[in-house]
Amino acid sequence: MTDLASSDTPTAAAVAETDDSAARLHRNLFIAIAVLLVVAPFVAYPVFVMKVLCFALFALAFNLLLGYGGLLSFGHAAYFGMASYVSAYTAKNWGLTPELAILLGTAVAALLGLVFGALAIRRQGIYFAMITLALAQMAFFFSLQTPRFTGGEDGIQAVPRGKLLGMISLADDRALYWLVAAIFMGGLLLIYRIIHSPFGQVCKAIRDNEPRAISLGYRASQYKLAVFVLSAGLAGLAGATKAIVFQLASLTDVYWTMSGEVVLMTLVGGLGTVFGPIVGAAVIVAMQNYLAGLGSWVLVVQGVIFVACVLLFREGIVGVIAKWIKKPL
Amino acid sequence: MFELLGVPPQALFGQVLLGLINGSFYAILSLGLAVIFGLLNIINFAHGAQYMMGAFVAWMCLNYLGVNYWAALLLAPIVVGATGIVIERVFLARIAKYDHLYGLLLTFGLALIIQGLFRNYYGSSGLPYGIPPQLTGGHNLGFMFLPTYRGWVVVASLVICLATWFMIEKTKLGAYLRAATENPTLTQAFGINVPLLVTLTYGFGVALAAFAGVLAAPIYAVNPNMGADLIIVVFAVVVIGGMGSIMGAIVTGFSLGLIEGLTKVFYPEASSTVIFIIMVLVLLVKPAGLFGRTA
Amino acid sequence: MNLKTLLAATALGALMAAPALAQQISVKAGVLNDRSGIYADLSGEGSVIAARLAVEDFKAAEKGIKVEIVSADHQNKPDVGSTITRQWYDQDGVDLILDVPTSSVALAVSQITKDKNKILINSGAGTSDLTGKACSPNTVHWTYDTYALAQGTGGAMVKAGGDSWFFLTADYAFGHSLERDTSAVVTKAGGKVVGAVRTPFPGTDFSSFLLQAQASKAKVIGLANAGGDLTNSVKQASEFGITQGGQKLAGLLTFASDVHALGLQAAQGLVLTESFYWDRDDGTRAFSERFAKLNGGKKPTMVQAGVYSGLLHYLKAVEAAKSKDSAVVMAKMKEMPTDDPLFGKGSIRVNGRKMHSMYLYEVKKPSESKGPWDYYKQIAVLSGEEAFQPLAETGCPLVK
Repeated sequence: MTDLASSDTPTAAAVAETDDSAARLHRNLFIAIAVLLVVAPFVAYPVFVMKVLCFALFALAFNLLLGYGGLLSFGHAAYFGMASYVSAYTAKNWGLTPELAILLGTAVAALLGLVFGALAIRRQGIYFAMITLALAQMAFFFSLQTPRFTGGEDGIQAVPRGKLLGMISLADDRALYWLVAAIFMGGLLLIYRIIHSPFGQVCKAIRDNEPRAISLGYRASQYKLAVFVLSAGLAGLAGATKAIVFQLASLTDVYWTMSGEVVLMTLVGGLGTVFGPIVGAAVIVAMQNYLAGLGSWVLVVQGVIFVACVLLFREGIVGVIAKWIKKPL
Repeated sequence: MFELLGVPPQALFGQVLLGLINGSFYAILSLGLAVIFGLLNIINFAHGAQYMMGAFVAWMCLNYLGVNYWAALLLAPIVVGATGIVIERVFLARIAKYDHLYGLLLTFGLALIIQGLFRNYYGSSGLPYGIPPQLTGGHNLGFMFLPTYRGWVVVASLVICLATWFMIEKTKLGAYLRAATENPTLTQAFGINVPLLVTLTYGFGVALAAFAGVLAAPIYAVNPNMGADLIIVVFAVVVIGGMGSIMGAIVTGFSLGLIEGLTKVFYPEASSTVIFIIMVLVLLVKPAGLFGRTA
Repeated sequence: MNLKTLLAATALGALMAAPALAQQISVKAGVLNDRSGIYADLSGEGSVIAARLAVEDFKAAEKGIKVEIVSADHQNKPDVGSTITRQWYDQDGVDLILDVPTSSVALAVSQITKDKNKILINSGAGTSDLTGKACSPNTVHWTYDTYALAQGTGGAMVKAGGDSWFFLTADYAFGHSLERDTSAVVTKAGGKVVGAVRTPFPGTDFSSFLLQAQASKAKVIGLANAGGDLTNSVKQASEFGITQGGQKLAGLLTFASDVHALGLQAAQGLVLTESFYWDRDDGTRAFSERFAKLNGGKKPTMVQAGVYSGLLHYLKAVEAAKSKDSAVVMAKMKEMPTDDPLFGKGSIRVNGRKMHSMYLYEVKKPSESKGPWDYYKQIAVLSGEEAFQPLAETGCPLVK
């Protein structure tokens, strides 16, 4: 998997040279994103923007694992979906406030990530992908078999948006939007921080050359597990938030096609780039939404985009831009 | 009369047999995947779509050309295999030097396109395709009624699987193939046209999928989704058998069909999940699958 | 007065009449359904065509009502359906949504429709919860529901001697509720349920389950599944000689499009309940012929017919109320009797349930069929009162 995500790892000399300017660029980009987030609900339809943000966070979490941990999970739907069930269930049946429901969903996803991750990281490459897929299928089976909890294929419907901290009503789309935007920004900053921390550096080292990292004294499997849990937890955060936004949680979120979708988003945006998954998620969600009128041609169009991506720009949209400006993004 | 966990033994025999029949489909499909993976290192996500194409081509043969089942059994694999060759030349050859993941994503995209196109022209609920007149009816085996066609499916798939195994393991062509899998550069240096071999192998793997599609057309619903539901299971079969292992794919295909059949009796709800449980267990004990070699 | 002048006079009259209305009402209807997945054939573009025909037949333009129809694909995903619904209501000025197959999406759309105070006329989904515990003052459930299908197929089959049942149930909530509703009807009618097997969804091979059904010696095998599962199980039942062996197959959620996909050879003898069949009388035939011309020769399913009939009734209510205010129109819709060539006379109950007859059909043998799409023979008719759940039992909070 080493050549998958090397666009962000220029040689040591180049790093020293571009580090400063890259950091400045990233800071400006963060400001730009923040501005965009503030403007977005006034320009675009807030519910749509919230959907983009949820999926963008999901893709960011996935990219943390694949782009920086070098681990291709084909079962991220499990964390996304289970968290959305937990947050929907607790908000509806226990009457938890939205922030508690979301936190609980995130925690459950991280816990699930710990169990699944511990099993999966013992294997590598395609076998790792297959184990994560298999475990996710079991999560799907569990959801299907416990309609008391998940509502079967009707899902958990009519989840109340509730009041933030028990005070601020989120029934209005705009009000909810600020919460979602804050969660997204927090997630993004956290992921950025993780990637650029010493911990993130070690993860990248393990991704690029595991035996060497081990010989340097790093316990590779502990790092892998840690990044797996982080990724699962963040995916859960996205799923839990989505459940509150749409006021529902359903089997679609745990099905394996959802795992495929997040791979697609990350790939289209740019694997192993910090900002790529956001762009990828925006493109795919917009496609689903605005091509909905195309009817059955949607699949064909999606397939063509897939193929074009692989053939023409494997680095993804952001990856290509990063190449042009010769800076990691 | 004794009973096993509340199930009479006659019924159990019947279920085992049915499991084997379903295993035949898993075997042919996973065989094709394994052949392709062995040489091209590509996980062919379009395999399900190509299986579906096999069934549709059989239908087209019958309805547009008046060609019957038996001719379709030969014709459909050739036609679909030819499209596979085109796909390999136009798309896969270009990305051969990149990571496996890209092959998987590319074929996933192709699968979407193929399924989407068929859905546009033929709708989503499917097309009727009857059992060939020579194979209608069935035999009473005492413990169950076995439709003649199901018997034919097992025989046909066993023959195809063994023939493929023989070709790869025992013939000169197979030796080239194995050599090219092991070390393509060296094989090329010996004057063997490896790219051609790769193209033909992909075409052959795809043809196997189409063959399974024609076999399936009379008994399963012929619709654009028929392969999409199956592909994930077949992946699991290939992984359990050991990626790229020919014998592994065949043996695992049949035995998982059997296990699935038994699950359908004792815990039917879990019969589509049992394969994944087995996959996790196998991979944790034997990292490269049952028949795979550890790299 | 000859015909020409008569026409000219009416046209002139219409022209004069139009501006005479206080103000022009313009209505925007959204057809939201599956256009790419397993329900695309029974709803899909056909439902949009049906909606257009309704506008045409209502002669909306002459009556000063401007109708615009938009459509979208919810891909059977509740979140996609709910985003489109919110966007339609909040941004695009859609006044009512039609069709919406797939129970999970339908329930989500019904909830949003209630929150935004618009109107949903559901034709495609089956769950009886829409008029039961999840009922809404803004939702009308038009064409069918699982309760009525169970009454039709379950009740009538027992009367005809099919008094022992074995179920093949798709292992998801929808399959379970079909099984539960039908079991209740069968037992109440004096029959008994000898067994059931839950099949993973979606499944490909049902032979194993069919053998269990065969071994049960039940007179009727109830297929509590839909789409590809149904096609597969019927096809394999014919392969294993189950129908020849004297057991009857009952499709608990079977559409004309499924029978079309199976072909008569495999589907013959299957018993099913529908609320509409194109070949029932002159009215349905005339409509279906027009429809088929626009839909590549395919006859309408009951879901598509329901979209036509539902939109037609809505437009009549708008005309009568001279307003498109949701509450006013809904009150009018429930007050006015429904009447159209496809479903005949009927009414809408307080819980949103549209009442009309349901028909029990048996699929013809290939030798009985006179041509393409000649599939059903009628076995029994159930009046709306017999078919649909009594109001008191629905558990709908709107029923007092």
